[in-house]
Amino acid sequence: MSTSTAPTKAPAEQIAASTAPPRKVRGRGERSRAASLASHGVLTLASLVALFPVAWLVYLSLGPDKNDYLHPGRIWSKMTFDNYAFVLQDTNFFDWLKSSLIVSLGTTVIGVLVAATTGYAVSRMRFPGYKKLMWVLLVTQMFPIAVLIVPMYQILSKLQLIDNYFGLILVYCSTAVPYCAWLLKGYFDTIPFEIDEAGRVDGLTPFGTFFRLILPLARPGLAVAGFYSFITAFGEVAFASTFMLSDTKYTFAVGLQSFISEHDAQRNLMAATAVLVAIPVSAFFYLVQKNLVTGLTAGGTKG
Amino acid sequence: MTVAIDRATGKRRGDRSPRPGLGRRLKDGYQKHWYAYAMIAPVAVVIGVLVLYPLGYGLYLTLTDANSLNSARTIGVNEIEATYKFVGLDNYADILWGPTAYDRFWSHFIWTVVWTAVCVGLHFFIGLGLALLLNQKLRGRTFYRLILVLPWAVPTFVTVFGWRFMLADQGIINSALDWLHLPTPAWLEDTFWQRFSAIMVNTWCGVPFMMVSLLGGLQSIDNSLYEASEMDGANAWQRFRYVTLPGLRSVSSTVVLLGIIWTFNQFAVIFLLFGNTAPDAQILVTWAYQLGFGQQPRDFAQSAAYGILLLAILIVFTSFYRRWLNRNEQQLAN
Repeated sequence: MSTSTAPTKAPAEQIAASTAPPRKVRGRGERSRAASLASHGVLTLASLVALFPVAWLVYLSLGPDKNDYLHPGRIWSKMTFDNYAFVLQDTNFFDWLKSSLIVSLGTTVIGVLVAATTGYAVSRMRFPGYKKLMWVLLVTQMFPIAVLIVPMYQILSKLQLIDNYFGLILVYCSTAVPYCAWLLKGYFDTIPFEIDEAGRVDGLTPFGTFFRLILPLARPGLAVAGFYSFITAFGEVAFASTFMLSDTKYTFAVGLQSFISEHDAQRNLMAATAVLVAIPVSAFFYLVQKNLVTGLTAGGTKG
Repeated sequence: MTVAIDRATGKRRGDRSPRPGLGRRLKDGYQKHWYAYAMIAPVAVVIGVLVLYPLGYGLYLTLTDANSLNSARTIGVNEIEATYKFVGLDNYADILWGPTAYDRFWSHFIWTVVWTAVCVGLHFFIGLGLALLLNQKLRGRTFYRLILVLPWAVPTFVTVFGWRFMLADQGIINSALDWLHLPTPAWLEDTFWQRFSAIMVNTWCGVPFMMVSLLGGLQSIDNSLYEASEMDGANAWQRFRYVTLPGLRSVSSTVVLLGIIWTFNQFAVIFLLFGNTAPDAQILVTWAYQLGFGQQPRDFAQSAAYGILLLAILIVFTSFYRRWLNRNEQQLAN
């Protein structure tokens, strides 16, 4: 295991900061007070825009009446958690949670497992048909849902897989697998070839190189691929709305819509459910987002 | 570059020895590359079964007049055989130049192109601006970044409903506009404002992805390039133009392509924002969905034909885009 090549924080910034002598001349990266204020101003404004719709949803979810969203001022005086209690106790919330988790985790696991070896093969090896495979991987990225939804519907109903978790997982894999392969290819490309060559010199087979050297180094990339599949599967609307028929098997994306049609637009409950869904997903997002950024950009030999 | 080394296996490839016979080549190819084929086998199988087979089946459906009334289905215990028949290319002809083709296809097509161009442009420029701001040494930039990725962190189907509350007739946005004595448009009813709000919501949802990717691209640009250009007397704009932009080229060409594909295929935002209420604000994807599943009887054949047309548009576009990129790169190299 060549752990010496594991990425470490680039020390350049710290060195520059500690060794730079104090000086009056303004250097690169230092700006005038006005420029700095302007940056803060723009960023604050952008943050407010980013934050407001979510914050507003949270605020509305505290109003007890279904038309409170039209009179937000009134919510302040009668704030209550009743909506949350109702959603957790009297709706199918936990059924939806179960379906969402089964489907998203299933897609994630299958997507990453199946795609990993292919990502490595297309990153390192030039075999006949390589270009065609890359092309297919790219083209499947751009399948509009409209291409597959009708034939998938017909095929799944023939196989009795409509309204079935496994059927939905299969459908999601059609997008998750090519996407993960494409993403992992990009990540493997950033791991230097020298590591493979070292492994080959030391007598590993191509498979050995992959499993014992590259996979451990590619953990951030695998995390990103898994995370992407999870989020896409979790947030997918079209297939889930069409293929899941019984309301205990709805994923959240479908369940949320049912508040408006079925229950006569109970917007307060809908907002509460939305918040309950958003909290764990966003928490998960923030947990992995460091990996996400490194996985999208960084390589294996910095530092 | 006539001889390159296969970096994983240390073998040479591309050398110019006389070509052996076909059988020999197949055997050689197999021996040389069998591990590569073994490694891509899982994905090849998955794509074949889950993508290519349905695609072929869908292609066949577009050549028929299948809808929910004549497809094979089960009602109770009765199984009804499919009775749809082969109609050749009639579906495509009808979509592209049949009666009222403008209302059914071309108006949606134009709106889809506008939607894609505007959304991706906004995503890219706002994302680039924010990434540049976040790339400087700035107090609290981690904090800003955490907040700015929020629209990406919260699932789209959640935030779209948040927007729906805000855009409702007497929702917060119109109340605020009213308070400022500005006109209060019917965001979710009037066609123009429907389109406007769809673009607005999608921009809000899509900027963080661009921002994070471009920020990653910015951070991977070697600092010494900036130092060198400064030594040569480049000002801030020149540093941006001749160091930052070329350094971002590979990242931005990828994310723009991805952004175009995703926006072109964006389903959730429009579907959840309007449901079935806004026929004029539907882009092609949601329109195809509506044909296939949002009406009775469900018109499977036309919906699938829309899907194939969409795919064709995207494939043509992508090949041109890649050719254009390649040409640009060659020009740079010369």
